[in-house]
Amino acid sequence: MSMPRPLVPALVALAINVTPLAAADAPRLGAPISEADIGAWNITVFPDGTGLPPGSGTATAGAIVYADKGCAACHGENAAGGANGGLVGNPPLDRIEARKTIANFWANATTLFDIIRRWMPWPSPRTLSNDEVYSLTAYILALNKIIGEGDVMNAQTLPKVKMPNRDNFIIRFPDRI
Amino acid sequence: MRIRARRTRSPAFEPVAGNGLLDRRILLRSGIALAGSLTATSLARAEPLADDPWSLVQGTTTAPLEPRSRFEKNVKRTLTNPNGGPRTQHARAPLHLLQGTVTPNELHFTIVHNGSPDIDPARHRLVIHGMVRQPLVFTLDKLARYPLTTRMAFVECAGNSAPMFSNEPIQATIQALHGLVSNAEWTGVPLSILLDEAGIDRKAKWVIAEGADTGTLNRSIPLGKCMDDALLALYQNGERIMSGNGYPMRLLLPGFEGNMNVKWLRRLLVTDQPAMTYFESRNYSPLLPDGKAYKFYFINEVKSFITHPSFGHALEGPGYYDISGLAYSGTGRIAKVMVSADAGKSWAQAALQEPRLPMAFTRFRMPWRWDGGPVILQSRAWDEAGNCQPLRAEFVALRGQAQTVPKVTAFTNQHYNSITSWSIDSEGEVKHVYA
Repeated sequence: MSMPRPLVPALVALAINVTPLAAADAPRLGAPISEADIGAWNITVFPDGTGLPPGSGTATAGAIVYADKGCAACHGENAAGGANGGLVGNPPLDRIEARKTIANFWANATTLFDIIRRWMPWPSPRTLSNDEVYSLTAYILALNKIIGEGDVMNAQTLPKVKMPNRDNFIIRFPDRI
Repeated sequence: MRIRARRTRSPAFEPVAGNGLLDRRILLRSGIALAGSLTATSLARAEPLADDPWSLVQGTTTAPLEPRSRFEKNVKRTLTNPNGGPRTQHARAPLHLLQGTVTPNELHFTIVHNGSPDIDPARHRLVIHGMVRQPLVFTLDKLARYPLTTRMAFVECAGNSAPMFSNEPIQATIQALHGLVSNAEWTGVPLSILLDEAGIDRKAKWVIAEGADTGTLNRSIPLGKCMDDALLALYQNGERIMSGNGYPMRLLLPGFEGNMNVKWLRRLLVTDQPAMTYFESRNYSPLLPDGKAYKFYFINEVKSFITHPSFGHALEGPGYYDISGLAYSGTGRIAKVMVSADAGKSWAQAALQEPRLPMAFTRFRMPWRWDGGPVILQSRAWDEAGNCQPLRAEFVALRGQAQTVPKVTAFTNQHYNSITSWSIDSEGEVKHVYA
């Protein structure tokens, strides 16, 4: 199988450097807003830690949050799996249908914080405090033996967590990025 | 069907490839000529005609929304989670029951992770911020005043065709095998206009798109794609976008995997790095046989499959049939489709229905005279950039296959674009095979 060839790569580069004239001709109906006023929506977290909020948590505290928020209803006792996916486990990636887990696959620990904060707990997302999200993140990482039981997760420590599989990804089409 | 053919030469009615594939140019001829050339005269004489009951009574009253005939009740999407349990809901399009290239809005596939949000269009907002000169907020009313653009585009889940990773062919319809792709006419505002209005920082490289759904699904998109042909889509086949497809606005990234075409779009964060969101970190990084994985796959590569006939159809006997199917590519127009009726030993070029549009469905057709013997039908597509749909052996050599037979709804792996093969036995029964 060959690499798909892009049809007109040169056009992409050209389009980015649009002239100011083209922009001036646009309707320009967007209302200005400050980054501060976008804050409630701006919950994106990046692998380098950009976007992580203040606060902190540990696995011990996370176990309590996990129980209090009823996480086991979907993810099972000790996050071993239930009506929905388990959050622990490290099966070998020895087949193309292998179960991708946090321990065997995810490249960035920040992804875990981001998805808990934006999506959990079902069905009432974005009701957890930052400390609760850090605690749940620490709890899941510790269950997977990626961090120690007593490690504190915060905006400084979380981006430094080394995920075991981080170096096993190949960019499929480098020319498209 | 517009097909350029040399009119000085009469098309051959003899097969041009094994097991009865005919010259595509006969599709140019009038139906009468075609029928006269191909049908045997042994068909039983038709009964004398009389008025049917429906022609003798008042018909149904016209409704505000046109209903489908009650005889078409099986033309519907299949659901994986009809009661809305706490997991993803998939609705697959009945491509084996449709013709042409447009997927009707109620039949367009959807994948929804937290149910479809009940968005009030008057209160919905789209914000563009991050590495921009001025963060901006847009309302739907304001966006409707921008110059709108209309284009056809397929949207395909990266997990479409996942049953094809099975180590044995799963006996299932096109809907179950390939139903997570659809094709529609989308109308909206070119994203580049809005990004230019906000003023992109020269160091910016990525845009993180985020929805207003419960999970605020988000994906990292190369800025180049956003400035090239991305559309902020407001209309689907002429009407406002359907609820499950992102009402009142979604991102349309022609040729890029469905999950990146973020629905219920509310935020575009311009940055210099990808966010490595849940979906790009996990689901849409396909695992390879050696334990490594691709990331940033993005493109749905050139692909085709025969929809007519396909699993679930039955041929009633030897004679003329119209083989047809769908071809599409995330890297341009479809340039050529070849069809085989003998498991790839010989191939004939299919007729392509115009207009052929980039990153959109193209319908192909192949006239066929079945002699009633066993056959294996296949199609293989090429796009205008020169990319070719891989044969199954080539695909499996690179991407592998499952070691067991997964559930037909399982997402074993992603980005399957190899060939689909249908065997037809002497009874006319269509089965799924690997060949």
